[in-house]
Amino acid sequence: MSSTTPTPTADAPPDRFGHAVHAEAAELETVPLRHWGRWAAAAVVVFLSAGFLWSLARNPNLEWDVVGDYLFEDFVIRGVGITLLLTVVAMVIGTIGGVLVAVMRLSSNPVLRGLSWGYTWFFRGTPLLVQIIFWGFLAALYPQLELGVPFTDITLLSADTNAVVGPMTAAILALSLNEVAYAAEIVRGGIASVDDGQDDAASALGLTRAQAMRTITLPQAMRVIVPPMGNETVTMLKSTALVSVIGGKDLLTAVQSVYAQNYQVIPLLVVAVIWYLALTSLLSVGQFFLERKYGKGHGTTASMGQRWLGRGVTR
Amino acid sequence: MTAAPAPEAPTEPMVEAVGVRKSFGRTEVLKGIDLAVRPGEVTCLIGPSGSGKSTFLRCINHLESIDGGRLSVNGHLVGYRQKGDRLHELKPREVAAKRREIGMVFQRFNLFPHLTAAQNIMHAPVLVRGESRRAAREQAAQLLERVGLAGREQHYPAQLSGGQQQRVAIARALAMKPPLMLFDEPTSALDPELVGEVLDVMKGLAGEGMTMVVVTHEMGFAREVADSVYFMDDGVVVESGTPVDLLENPRHERTRAFLSKVL
Repeated sequence: MSSTTPTPTADAPPDRFGHAVHAEAAELETVPLRHWGRWAAAAVVVFLSAGFLWSLARNPNLEWDVVGDYLFEDFVIRGVGITLLLTVVAMVIGTIGGVLVAVMRLSSNPVLRGLSWGYTWFFRGTPLLVQIIFWGFLAALYPQLELGVPFTDITLLSADTNAVVGPMTAAILALSLNEVAYAAEIVRGGIASVDDGQDDAASALGLTRAQAMRTITLPQAMRVIVPPMGNETVTMLKSTALVSVIGGKDLLTAVQSVYAQNYQVIPLLVVAVIWYLALTSLLSVGQFFLERKYGKGHGTTASMGQRWLGRGVTR
Repeated sequence: MTAAPAPEAPTEPMVEAVGVRKSFGRTEVLKGIDLAVRPGEVTCLIGPSGSGKSTFLRCINHLESIDGGRLSVNGHLVGYRQKGDRLHELKPREVAAKRREIGMVFQRFNLFPHLTAAQNIMHAPVLVRGESRRAAREQAAQLLERVGLAGREQHYPAQLSGGQQQRVAIARALAMKPPLMLFDEPTSALDPELVGEVLDVMKGLAGEGMTMVVVTHEMGFAREVADSVYFMDDGVVVESGTPVDLLENPRHERTRAFLSKVL
C-alpha cells in the first residue's frame, strides 16, 4: 500500500524550516509486515493435503463409482429424510422442554427447582447411547405400559410397550429427553445474561413473573441462546446416527443395512459422510442468519465472509 | 431522630414508614426508618452511598421485602396483609397488582432494549391493564410529547442519549397513571450536560402535583422542588426537615459533614 498524501515532485523546494527531507518522506512507500512463515506453512499444508486427496482419489477401496451409484439411491434419500425428521422433532421438543426446565430451575419454588436439577443431573450424567438403548429396550423393563394410581390396582389405560414405543418413538424419546437437559442449561445461561434491572423494571410496572419472563427476559436472552443452540442442532444431526443401534431407520442405519449384505462398507460410509457434511454445512448457513437476526442493535453485523476470516465486528 | 417536618395535616399520608428494618444476610441496612409523604408532596432522600436510601426506596414498592416495621402506601400495607398481630407476605401476583399504583424510575433507566420507545411505554398498559393497542399508542405519543420527545416513537433505546432514555423511562412509568412516583438516583448515570433535561421533566411533574419520593444527589433540585428532605446515613434517618432547614441549617454533625462535601 502506498501513502495517499499528494506527493510533491522530488525536486520540491524545502519547506519553511528548510527540511527538504519532508518532500522525500512523502514519496516513501509503506510496506506491511510480510508473514513469510505463513506462506511457507500454507505451502506445506497444500502439498500434504494434495497428497492425501490424491491417495484417496486413487485408492481403489473407496470405489468412487459405487459411491456415485448410491449417493441418490431411494433408501439413502429416505434415510436422510428420517435423520432430518429426527433432528427437527428432537430439537423442537428439546428447546421447548429446555425453556420449561430452565424456568423451573430459576423458580422460587424449591420443588420445581429440585425436579429441574434432578432431571438435568440424570440426563446429562449418562451417555446418550445408553439412553437410546434403554428406550429401545423399554419393553424389557416395563413389558406393559399402564396409566393408573401408584400403589393401587386402579388402572385407567394399559398397552403393550412394544406396540406403543417402536424404534422411531424410542429414538425420538431418547434424543428429545436428552436434548432437554442440554437446552435447559443453555437457556438458563441466556436468562442469567439479561441484566437484573430488566426484571426490576418489569416488576415495577406490575408485570407478573410469567409476563416478565415471556415478554422481557426471554426475548433478550435469545441473543445468547441462539449460537449454542445452533451448535446443538449440528450435534443432534450427527447424534441421530446413534439410533442405528436400535434400528432407527436413519441415514446410518440405511447404509449399514445395505453394506451388511453387499460388503461395500467404505463406499457406503462415504455416501453417509457426504450427506452429513452437506446437511451440517446447510445448518451453519442457517445459524449465521439466525444470529444476525437476534444480534440486531448489538453491533454483530459481520458478514459471513468476515466471520470466516475471523474479523467479526463486536462493539 | 427527628419527627416529620411539616405540621399535622388532615390528609392521610400517601407513604408511611414506621420503624422499617431490612437486612441483607447479617448486615442490617435499614435500622428503623420513619417517614411520611402526604399526597402531592415531593420528598428527597439524600445521604452518602451505602446509607440505605436506595434500598428503602425499593422497599416502598416491594422490590425488596422488609424484615420489620410497617410500610404502607395509600393506607395499604406494601407486600403484606395483616392478620391479627402478624404480617403475612402476599403472593407475587397480588404484589404485582399493587405495584401498578407505584411508578418507578431507575438510575440506569432499565428501558427494554428490544422494544422501541413507544413499545416500552405501551407494554404495561396493554399487557397488565388490558388497554387496546390503539389507545396505548395514542397515550404513548402524548407522554413522549410531555417529556419533550415527540416523534421519537420508533427509536430503540440504543438510538437515544442517556437523558432521552431516562425521559422515556419516566414516560413509561407515567403510562400506568400511578398516584406515586419513585425516582432512584435518576440523574446519576447521566453526562452532566444531560442532567438538566431530566430534572426539568421531574420539576414539571412536581408542579402538576405528582407525589414523588426522590433519591438524589442533586442538592439544587432538592432545594428548589422538595417539600421535605431526609438525610440518611448508615441505615437511619439522621434528620429531616424542609429543604431550607436541612440544607442550610443542619443540626447534626454528620449532616454538616456530608453537605460540606457535596454542596
